[in-house]
Amino acid sequence: MDFRYTEEQLALQDTLQRFISRDYDFERRRALTHSELGYSAQAWARFAELGVLALPFPEELGGLGGTGVDVMLVMEQIGRGLLLEPFLSTVVLGGRLLQDLAPEATRAALFPRLIDGRLRLAFAGYEAAGRYDLTHVACRAVRAGNGWRLSGTKTVVLDAPSADAFLVVARTGGQDTDRAGISLFLVPREAVGLAVEGYATQSGSRAADLRLADVTLGDEALLGVVDQALPAIERAVDRALAALCAEALGIVSALNKATLEYLKSRRQFGVAIGNFQALQHRMAEMYIAEEQIRSMTIMAAVNADLEDAAKRSRAVCAAKAYVGEAARFVGQQAVQLHGAMGVVDELIVSHYFKRLTVLDLTFGDADYHLGRFSDSMKRAPGRA
Amino acid sequence: MDLSFTQEDEAFRTEVRGFLAAELPADIAGNVLNGRRLRKDDMVRWQKILYVRGWGAGLWPKRFGGAGWSVVQQHIFDEEGAAAGAPAQLPFSLRMVAPVLMTFGNARQQEYFLPRILSGEHWWCQGYSEPGSGSDLASLQMSAVREGDHYRVNGQKTWNTLGQFADWVFCLVRTAHDSRQQAGISFLLIDMKSPGITVRPIVMLDGEHEINDIFFENVKVPLENLVGEENKGWTYAKFLLGHERTSNAGLGHCKRALNSLKAVAAIQTVDGRALIEEPRFRDRIAEVELELMALEITNLRALSAAANAARAPGAESSVLKIKGSEIIQRIAELQMHALGHDALPYLREALEPGWAPAGVLAEHYAPYAPPVTGRYFNQRKTTIYAGSTEIQKNIIAKMVLGL
Repeated sequence: MDFRYTEEQLALQDTLQRFISRDYDFERRRALTHSELGYSAQAWARFAELGVLALPFPEELGGLGGTGVDVMLVMEQIGRGLLLEPFLSTVVLGGRLLQDLAPEATRAALFPRLIDGRLRLAFAGYEAAGRYDLTHVACRAVRAGNGWRLSGTKTVVLDAPSADAFLVVARTGGQDTDRAGISLFLVPREAVGLAVEGYATQSGSRAADLRLADVTLGDEALLGVVDQALPAIERAVDRALAALCAEALGIVSALNKATLEYLKSRRQFGVAIGNFQALQHRMAEMYIAEEQIRSMTIMAAVNADLEDAAKRSRAVCAAKAYVGEAARFVGQQAVQLHGAMGVVDELIVSHYFKRLTVLDLTFGDADYHLGRFSDSMKRAPGRA
Repeated sequence: MDLSFTQEDEAFRTEVRGFLAAELPADIAGNVLNGRRLRKDDMVRWQKILYVRGWGAGLWPKRFGGAGWSVVQQHIFDEEGAAAGAPAQLPFSLRMVAPVLMTFGNARQQEYFLPRILSGEHWWCQGYSEPGSGSDLASLQMSAVREGDHYRVNGQKTWNTLGQFADWVFCLVRTAHDSRQQAGISFLLIDMKSPGITVRPIVMLDGEHEINDIFFENVKVPLENLVGEENKGWTYAKFLLGHERTSNAGLGHCKRALNSLKAVAAIQTVDGRALIEEPRFRDRIAEVELELMALEITNLRALSAAANAARAPGAESSVLKIKGSEIIQRIAELQMHALGHDALPYLREALEPGWAPAGVLAEHYAPYAPPVTGRYFNQRKTTIYAGSTEIQKNIIAKMVLGL
């Protein structure tokens, strides 16, 4: 048992922190949210240079062989800096799905491009009718000659507007909500019949709805075994859930820091408002929440690597549920303690709060994951 | 970063399990698991068994006769012990006065007291709170006046836990009246057999006798029973409180209680369906389980950080105390709600070992029911004692956040 980062991890953390302070301040980020691309091409290139895009992949794919803890470290800094680059979509979700499901030749062709930043991916897994349920797949893929033909819609696909290719979950068998019959396809952006209808999200990042109208693909577009992609999709999403917790942790930690500074500097009634016990106790509760969020995030990061699906998913559900609720508390209270300054666009506080809100709603909110965790509760054979 | 237990840790867990299976007396475990009244003899007997095994005090250094365990080993021991129904070891002896003696006591005090704590020969209790000094502990008034080779002690301590069994009490006393109230406090060790000491029971809301008032009337305490320096007692007191709060996270206990809650919820029925099948109730269990999962890691993080830096747990123990107490209260509350109407009967005799219900009661009143509601009432103490939740938040605000 050891809760320390290694020297290498500390060095990476330090590099990312310096990069954010120097090249990714809040005003720069604001400009990026209004830009055509929606994030910084320069930052993305820097990530490639630093090996961040290669971090969690095995060495035979050109990766650095990192773990869930390495991903946690990066995501925490992404949260702290409110970074807009598609790391989660490309590396944590897309890369992992390619690693697990793509045939040898596809991997050999794509990984070098992914790792040096030329291939950006987006995970098109969810549909409006299914809400947070990954098994609800109405988008259909049928055999067409030697290849496949896909039809359906995928909604709120994160980072889709800038993606070079999409990992589309489509049904090849069974009913809309069956666990079996789910397959994964790699759909290039330029595919005929694919419409990408983009928009900004509430936290300034980008997303899009995809409409697939008889998109015809070659056989190589199928990733993994037909009808049997769900376990790998769930594995990748579990890793993404752990990563989202880490992003929330980075924000919570930054929000607490900002709020504490505000309590020490803002003066009312002739004193710094941090002298008032009502506010001190609130801040103490926010600190406790951060500590507990960090613990759950570590737990999720470590368990995200597990092959045992039940154990892995129980851990990440627990973390996503807990972090969703605790981060909601910190976000709302940070706004509250900043008074009117908390509800203006000018300060970073409201942007942190909005991002936390978006993170909770991404891939299942606190209630959804609490429900999954609760449903997995064993009828304890233990002693009453 | 690695949350897994090492092979040595797993081997240790196996060893602890084997030891508990072989050495924990069944009658004691039964009383603990069924929530029956624990007697002094149960706790002392268990301490003596641990002592014989060399495990009288897991975290104490070996040079003081401790087992010299790592914090992880202690965590494993607590978890396994709680699951098996081992009584808690007396915190006042092992986790409060002992670390103070090791750090601030002199060689004679260490040599005399520590072995007797280990062996279970001495039962210690705590003399901190006074009627006028609860949260504002440093305002305490109990006086100790030097007279030749002894102090003459006068005053009252209250909310003293299990002092009715104690051989010794460690007290914070006022030895000087400084303008800063923290400055005139000393840390004294007092023999409970000293003439002039009276122990008066205080009955708690569950009807049980767990706490006391202790009155000191011209009690003579030898000067050699002063720990460290005169008027420096506040430093030692704060050191002790750090240890007290860490042990108050009570994770092993929380885990056992949670497992018991789940088991009860699987047995209790609603129109023939197990209560745990009701999503509304099950979600409430899930919520507290999440808190417990987080706290378990927060606890290990705090302990590792302290161990890596070779220091006593600091203000982070306030987090553990706040969360641990809230969790145990919530579990106790859910256990009560799980019983439905069977939470209502108040049967004092049912808490005695060997009691069994008769008549219609025997048809519906489960063996696990008797202690449940009283425990819910009793556990309200946990967010009040050892520095209330509000005091802990003050500590975090001041010591961690610098407010």
